[in-house]
Amino acid sequence: MLRLEARPAPSQRMALLSPLIAIAVTALLAAVLFAALGKDPVRGLAVFFFEPLNGLRATSEVLLKATPLIVIALGLAVCYRANVWNIGAEGQYLLGAVAGGGMALWLTANGIVLPKVLSLTLVLLCGVLGGMFWASIVALLRDRFNASEILVSLMLVYVAQQVVNYLVFGPWKDPGGFNFPQTRTFDASTWLPPLIERTRLHIGFLLALLAAGLTWLFMFRSYRGFALQVGGLAPAAARYAGFSSRGALWLALGVSGGMAGLAGAMEAAGPLRQLTPHISTGLGFTAIIVVFVGRLHPLGIVAAGVLLSMMLIGGELAQSRLGLPNALSSVFQGLLLVVLLASDTLIHYRVRGARKVVAG
Amino acid sequence: MSPPGTPRLELSGISKQYPAVRANDKVSLRVGPGEIHAVLGENGAGKSTLMKVIYGAVQPDEGEIRFNGEPVRVSSPAHARKLGISMVYQHFSLFDTLTAAENVWLGLDKSLKLPQVAERITQVASAYGLDVDPQRPVHTLSVGERQRVEIVRALLTNPQLLILDEPTSVLTPQAVDKLFVTLRKLAAGGCSILYISHKLDEIRALCQQCTVLRGGKRTGVVDPRQEDNAGLSRLMIGAEPPALVHRESKADPAALPVLSVRALSLAKADPFGTELKAIALDVRAGEIVGIAGVSGNGQQELLAALSGEDPRAAAGSITLLGSDISRANARARRNAGLHFVPEERLGRGAVPTLSLAQNTLLTRTAAVSSLGFIAPKPVQALAASIIERYQVKAGGPGAAAKSLSGGNLQKFIVGREIDAKPRLLIVAQPTWGVDVGAAALIRGEMLALRDAGCALLVVSEELEELFEISDRLHVIAQGRLSPSMPVAEATIERVGEWMSGLWPQAGATAEGANHAAA
Amino acid sequence: MNEFALLIAATLLAGTPLALAGLGLLINERAGVLNLGAEGMMLVAAVAGFAVALSTGSDLLAFAAGAAAGALLAAVFGLLVIWLNTNQYATGLALSLFGYGFSAFVGVGVVGKKLADRTAFEVPGLAQLPWLGDALFKQHPMVYATMAIAVGMAAFFYKSRTGLVLRAVGESPESAHALGYPVRRVRFLAVLAGGALCGVAGAFLSVVYAPLWVEGLTAGRGWIALALTTFATWRPIRLLLGAYLFGGVTMLQFQLQGMGVEVPSQWLAMLPYIATIVVLALISRNAAFIRINMPASLGKPFHPSH
Repeated sequence: MLRLEARPAPSQRMALLSPLIAIAVTALLAAVLFAALGKDPVRGLAVFFFEPLNGLRATSEVLLKATPLIVIALGLAVCYRANVWNIGAEGQYLLGAVAGGGMALWLTANGIVLPKVLSLTLVLLCGVLGGMFWASIVALLRDRFNASEILVSLMLVYVAQQVVNYLVFGPWKDPGGFNFPQTRTFDASTWLPPLIERTRLHIGFLLALLAAGLTWLFMFRSYRGFALQVGGLAPAAARYAGFSSRGALWLALGVSGGMAGLAGAMEAAGPLRQLTPHISTGLGFTAIIVVFVGRLHPLGIVAAGVLLSMMLIGGELAQSRLGLPNALSSVFQGLLLVVLLASDTLIHYRVRGARKVVAG
Repeated sequence: MSPPGTPRLELSGISKQYPAVRANDKVSLRVGPGEIHAVLGENGAGKSTLMKVIYGAVQPDEGEIRFNGEPVRVSSPAHARKLGISMVYQHFSLFDTLTAAENVWLGLDKSLKLPQVAERITQVASAYGLDVDPQRPVHTLSVGERQRVEIVRALLTNPQLLILDEPTSVLTPQAVDKLFVTLRKLAAGGCSILYISHKLDEIRALCQQCTVLRGGKRTGVVDPRQEDNAGLSRLMIGAEPPALVHRESKADPAALPVLSVRALSLAKADPFGTELKAIALDVRAGEIVGIAGVSGNGQQELLAALSGEDPRAAAGSITLLGSDISRANARARRNAGLHFVPEERLGRGAVPTLSLAQNTLLTRTAAVSSLGFIAPKPVQALAASIIERYQVKAGGPGAAAKSLSGGNLQKFIVGREIDAKPRLLIVAQPTWGVDVGAAALIRGEMLALRDAGCALLVVSEELEELFEISDRLHVIAQGRLSPSMPVAEATIERVGEWMSGLWPQAGATAEGANHAAA
Repeated sequence: MNEFALLIAATLLAGTPLALAGLGLLINERAGVLNLGAEGMMLVAAVAGFAVALSTGSDLLAFAAGAAAGALLAAVFGLLVIWLNTNQYATGLALSLFGYGFSAFVGVGVVGKKLADRTAFEVPGLAQLPWLGDALFKQHPMVYATMAIAVGMAAFFYKSRTGLVLRAVGESPESAHALGYPVRRVRFLAVLAGGALCGVAGAFLSVVYAPLWVEGLTAGRGWIALALTTFATWRPIRLLLGAYLFGGVTMLQFQLQGMGVEVPSQWLAMLPYIATIVVLALISRNAAFIRINMPASLGKPFHPSH
C-alpha cells in the first residue's frame, strides 16, 4: 500500500519536473487512445506533436496560434496569483475582438486610412478597453455585491457569444456579403503587419513576448505585483500589510480583461481581418490550461502556450490526416490539466510504502 | 474491575517521530484511578503529541499503552471513547452553526437519540455545576460557555480518564476556580484526570502528581505540591526562569500621549464578532500599557481598529502624536510611526510560503523605489540583519516563513517591527506558543524599546506576562475597556473581577457581568 | 388561460435538470467540496444516457448510465481533490474542460440521431383535472422523482444523524476529524452522490428534455446549477423552487418569441445567463447572511494532521 507523506518543504525540483511528467503521461494516454481507436499510436503522436512543427510554414502557424494563448494566459496568471478566479477570459476576448473589430470597421466604413502605427494602436487599444470593460462588470459585482467572480465571468461568456452573434447577424453584417453572418473585411491599414513574409505570423507574436517580459517585471519586481500575490496567498497578511483587497480585485480583473481583449483584437486584426461567429473557438478556456501548465510564470506560459498551440493544430491535422474528430484535441487538453494537477501533488508530498505500526 | 493499585493508565517507552522532529522519545507515564495528574512542559515539549497518542488520534512508533492493566492499542478517537478515555481539546472541536445538543450528540456514539441527549446534558450539567443550554447554537456562546459544552460532551461518555489540554487559557480566574471544583468532584468519583498545562500555580493548586516533559523526553515525575517554581522550571526548561529586570517607567504623565483613543465604538464586522463600546485609553512614550482579558471580549476588534485593518472608526476617536488616524489605512499608520505585531504569525504576520526576505516587504518598504520597484539586495540585507540581531534560527533570509518554529518566527516578526524604530508598538499575544528562551528575549526587547522612549501597548491573555512587563493595566470585557490601574496595585483577584466587567464606573451596571463571567 | 398552464408545465420540465444538478452540487457543498466540474459531468452523462437510450429504448437504463458516468467522473475528481489535495477550483475546471471535449469526441457518432417517440406520461386521475391537469400532472416521472429527491434530501440533512454528520464535516472538517469521523470518506461519498445526480440531470437533458445530442448541449446549465446552490442558501426545497424559477426564465425566451415580440433572438437567448448574474448579485449582497448559511469549509482543502 502506498501512502503520501508531507514533505517538510515543497520540492523545487518537482515543481519544474511536474509539467514534464504530466506531458509524458498525457502522451502515453494519448497513444493508448489512438490504439483503442484503431490508429497507429506512433503516427497519432507524430501528427499531434511533431507535424505541427514540420517546416517554417507549420512553425509559423504554431506561433500564430500561440500568440493569443500567451497573451490571455499572462493576464490570467496575474489574476490567479491574486486568487481572483476569472474563468470568463473567453468572453473578455470576444468583447475585445468586438471592440477592436468595431473600430476597424468604423475606419473602413468611413474610408479613413491612417498610418499603420496609428490605426493599429487605435484598434488594439479598443480591444484592451473592450476586454477591460467586460471584466469590470465582474469586478463591480464582486466588489459591491460579493458575487462569485467564477460564475459571473462564466455567465458573461455566454452573453458575449450572443453579442457577437447579434452583431454579425444583424447591424454589422456585410451588405455585400451574400447574407453570410460576417462583417466586412477590414481595410488593409488595420491589419497587423507580418513578422515573417509569406506566413500569417504577425508582429503580435513579438507583442506577446514583450508582454511576457513586462508581466515578469510586474510580478517579481514591482511592489504592486507583490501586494497582489500576497493577497492571493494570505488575505489576512495582505490586510495587515495594508494592501487594499478591492484595489487588488480591480487591478487583477482589469489586467486580465485587458490582455484577453488585446488578444481578441489581435485575432480580429491579424489572421481573421473580419468578425464572424467563428471567432469564438474556446481560446479563452485553452488559455486557462496554458496558465497552469506554465506554472503561472511568464516564462512557463510562453513555453506552455507553444505546446498547447501545437496540440490545437495537431487536432486539426488529426482530423484531416487521420479522420479523427477535432474534439480530440480538447480531450487531450483537459487530460493534460488533470494529469498535471495530479502530478503536482508530488511537489508537496512524497510517495512512501506504508509504515508498520508497532502494537501498543 | 481491575485489582486495586492498578494504574488507570500506564505508558511505557512511547516514541513518535515526525519528519523534522522527534516529538516523543521513550516517554513513560503512570496515572492512578481518581488521580489528577499534570503533564507539564513548555511549548514544543511533546505534550500534545503524547495526548494524541493516548486519545488514538496518532499512532506511536514504539511503546506500550496499558489501560486498567490491560495492554491496548488505541486505534482511533472513537475507540478511545469506547475504552473510556475522553478529551477536551485546547482548540474546541465544535460546530458553530449547530446547537449545543447537536454538538454533544456528534461526540457520542450512535446509541442515543437527540432529545435524550438534551435531557442528559441538563442532568450532567447540573450535577457538576456547569451551566449549559442544550438548544443554543454554539456561535452564540462565549468562549467559556463553549468550553463547558466540550466538558459536558466529555462527561456524557462516562469517562474513566479525562484529558484536558490547556483548559484555563480561555477562563477568568474566578471561572478557573469553578472548573477546579468540577474537576475535583469528578476525581472524587473515580475518574482520573490528565491536566496539560504550563501554568505552575494552577498545577500546584489542583494536581497530585506531575510528569514533566522537555524536548520530547520525560525529565521527571514529582508531587507539584512539594515543589517550588524554581524546581519545576528546572525540570521544564533545564534552568531557572530567566529573571527579568523591570526598571521603573520614565514616562512623563504630563506629556501628550503618543496614542490617544476616545469614545471608540464599533459595530460588529461579522456575525460572530464583538461590538466595541466607548473604548478610551492613552499610551505615553516610555511606558508599557497592558490590556488583559479572556479571548473573545473584543481584543481582535480593538486591535484591528488600532492597526488600520478595520478603518471604520469614527473620525477623531484614534489620535497618534496629535494626528487623527481613525480612518487611515495600515500603511499610512505605519508611515506615521505605528507598528503592530499580530497574534497570528503564519497567515497574518507573515506569509507562510514566502521567504523571510519577502516577508519584510509587508511592513518595511524602504527598499521600494518611488516608481514602485523592489530592489532585491537591500531586502535581503534587512532580513539578514534582523535574523542576526534577534537570534532567529532560520536557514537564511531565503528560508520560507513556515519553515521556522513558532518561537523563531515570532522573534523575526517582533524584530522586524522593532527594527523600524516605531513611535508606538502594539503587540498581541507576544509569547503565545513560544519557547521560554524566545519569550524571554522578546520581553527583554520590549522593555528595552520602552526605555528608549517608545510607547507600547500589549494585549495578552497571559496575566503573569502582563504583570511582568506592564506599567499600567487595563482589562477588556464584553467590548468595554476598564480604566487603567498601576501594575503595583494589580492583583489576580482584582483583575479577575474586572474581567467580569465589575470595575468601578460612573453609573455602573452589572448587566453584562453574568455573561462575561464565563 | 390554457397557455399559462402549458407555460407552467414547460417550466417544471425545464427546471428539472437544473434542480437535479443543483441538488447534486448541494450535497457536495454541504460536505465542503466545491465541484466546478458539474458542466463536464452533465455533458458526459448526457452523451452516455443518449447512447444507451438509442440502443435500448429504456429511459431508466439511460438515467442509470448517466448516473454512472457522472459518478465516475466525480470519483476521479474526488480522488484528486480529497486524497491528493489538489486545488478544488482548478481540478473542477479541468474536469469541465475535459468533459466538454470528451463528450464532443465520443458523441460524434450520435449527433443527429433521433430517439424513438415516447408515450406521454400522465398521472392517472389527476391529469384529467381542468387546467391543473395540464399544468402539473402530465410530466415525465423523473420530474416528480426530482421533487421527491428534494424533499428527501431536506429530511436527510435536518432529521437524520448521517445528515448531521455531513453538515458537521462541511462546517469544520478539523473538528469532525478530531471527533473521529472519517472526513475524507464522507466527502468522497458526497462527491459520488453529487456526481450521480448531475449525471441523471445530463441524461434527462439529452433523453427527455431536448431530446437529442449536440456538442455543448448543456449550454451552461452546470454553471447555473452552481449559482443555484448559493441562491438557495444550501437548502434543498429552496433550490428546487429556484430551479423552477430559472426554468421559467428559460421558457420565457420562447414564450416571448412566440408572442412575436420584436426583440432579436440573441438578446432573448441571453436571458437565463443575465438572470443568473442578477440573482447571484442580489443574494450574495448580504455577506453576513451568506456567511452564516454557507458550509464554512467550502472550497478549502482538508489536511488530517497525522
